[in-house]
Amino acid sequence: MDGLTRSRWLHFFWSHRLGLGVLAAAGAVLLFPWYTDNPYTLGLTNRIALMSVAVVGLNLFMGCTGQISLGHAAFMAVGAYISGILTVHAGWSPWLALVVAVAAAAGFSLAIGVPLLRLSGHALAMATLACNVVVHHVLLQEDRWTGGPSGLAGIPPLTAAGWAVDDPVRLHFFLWFVVLVVMFGGLNLVRSLPGRGLMVLAADEVCAACLGVPVARAKVVLWTLSAVLAAVAGSLFAHTYGFVSPDSFGIFVSTDLAIMVVLGGMGSVWGSVLGAAVIVLLPEFSELAEAYKEFVHGGLLVAMLLVAPQGMIRGIRQAVALAWWRAQQGRSDAAA
Amino acid sequence: MDFMQFVWAGLGNGAIYALIALGFCVVHGAMGIVNFVQVDLVTLGGMFLYSASVLAGLPVPVGLLAAVVGTALVAMLVERLGLRPARTDHPLVLVFLTVGISIVLRGAIQMVWGKNRMAVPPIAEDVPVRLWGAMVLPQTLWMMVLTVAAIGGLVWFFRGTNLGLAMRAVASNPRAAAVVGIPAGRVRMAAFAVAGACGGLAGALVTPVTTLSADVGVLLGLKGFAAAILGGFGSFPGAVAGGVLLGLVESLAAAYVSSAYKDALAFVVLVLVLCWRPSGIVRQ
Repeated sequence: MDGLTRSRWLHFFWSHRLGLGVLAAAGAVLLFPWYTDNPYTLGLTNRIALMSVAVVGLNLFMGCTGQISLGHAAFMAVGAYISGILTVHAGWSPWLALVVAVAAAAGFSLAIGVPLLRLSGHALAMATLACNVVVHHVLLQEDRWTGGPSGLAGIPPLTAAGWAVDDPVRLHFFLWFVVLVVMFGGLNLVRSLPGRGLMVLAADEVCAACLGVPVARAKVVLWTLSAVLAAVAGSLFAHTYGFVSPDSFGIFVSTDLAIMVVLGGMGSVWGSVLGAAVIVLLPEFSELAEAYKEFVHGGLLVAMLLVAPQGMIRGIRQAVALAWWRAQQGRSDAAA
Repeated sequence: MDFMQFVWAGLGNGAIYALIALGFCVVHGAMGIVNFVQVDLVTLGGMFLYSASVLAGLPVPVGLLAAVVGTALVAMLVERLGLRPARTDHPLVLVFLTVGISIVLRGAIQMVWGKNRMAVPPIAEDVPVRLWGAMVLPQTLWMMVLTVAAIGGLVWFFRGTNLGLAMRAVASNPRAAAVVGIPAGRVRMAAFAVAGACGGLAGALVTPVTTLSADVGVLLGLKGFAAAILGGFGSFPGAVAGGVLLGLVESLAAAYVSSAYKDALAFVVLVLVLCWRPSGIVRQ
């Protein structure tokens, strides 16, 4: 292969890296059930998929606005419980319930987001945490509808053309399809015109405002978008497991979501999936991680912030680039 | 008179919220951050009291002292080992760092003391006293007395001691403080120690009334933060006023409105105050 063809190929790969990446991910998703159809393994990967949907959304908000939300499990709760209540108590079709649940979560997030997003930093983190505590409390107290502490059971699975999405393989295809759509949307968002504005917002709020990015509106839009994705994840959670309980959406779940974002790297869509995978799979690798979940999760967060605050994917990329640069330096030193 | 009964209960809880709120304010003053670890320092106070008085068999007042000192020491370690190595001013990293350390500390507490609920002995016997038409537990009175004593101690510390004055200097202008030779690191560590002592005292006073478990501090700590916000975050008199007000409102609302939503009320208040009056309800 001569130099010109090689550089053309490189150029092709580089300019289509996004589409090729998503295609490769789609291929991996498609082929995975042929690699293993062990229900336990698929249960784990399906859980990763569910969390990924919420984490990608939260990461768009945290990565672009530089603000912290410790309350996104509340939106998952709204999605899951409205889906559950409408299908169990009112007998609605799961699809309609999903749409209504997501719309309700969007309205709820807009209602609290407009006043709260004027806050920033620690105050916003605490306020979102407080919202989550209140939602959790409502779920516990309104037991006529939510089933209280013992939870709400008997939520039907989603069905499509007579097929119920209820066994692990079907769930695998369905949930990962949703993840791919969300990822594709997220990756494209940061390359659209408003998305470019959001990237400036991520770097510097004052600069973004000076360049004409509508900062306050952009924050609310991102907040609502992230709440919608969290509600989608919550509703899918309800239809996947058929059972929801308040502790699936407590403040510790919210902090776990935020930990997944930091692990993967703020603003990194691929990192979000990686972060979700690490936290979900961690207990599988060691008994210690299972028994002392909080200790290990908190330790990971602290270590990550001290060593590589930019997140795993970017941290690895920078380490590789640095090693490569050092190797180049060594070679040119040897030549000289 | 049921009313007085609820007022006493509210004042007792309010004293605890005020102590926790003061802990938040001291660290915020010295470092400009909201210290999520405060939540677990409250738990730790109860745990140390349990270890000293139940496991080691020491008298409760000695246990109380051990709880305050022990929690202060842990808080100093948190600053030295957890926050200082980060060497960053980035607010996002600092917030997450305190959240992470808080989770680690909670995990460590679970490892050491287990996940079960425990009963902690009160300072005096549980014989209610009749006061202004209400039956009051001695522990409630101790909460108020010791909180007032702690506030007096803090006032003396910030006005009368070199370290306290240095802390105020760092809080008002870190660069000028560095110019006159105040070691910022040591002052921040001292701020954490004071916050730890406040949180530890609060935990050791309140856990005989509630029960003790590894996450008992989470709800209490968040309510303490709500109290600090209510008083205009960072203001010391505001923190005390906010704590007492929150305790009273919570207790009276539980009595006359709805007891089911007692624990949620503080957070509704927190969100409302943050939305409409971010500088707090006490004008500075």
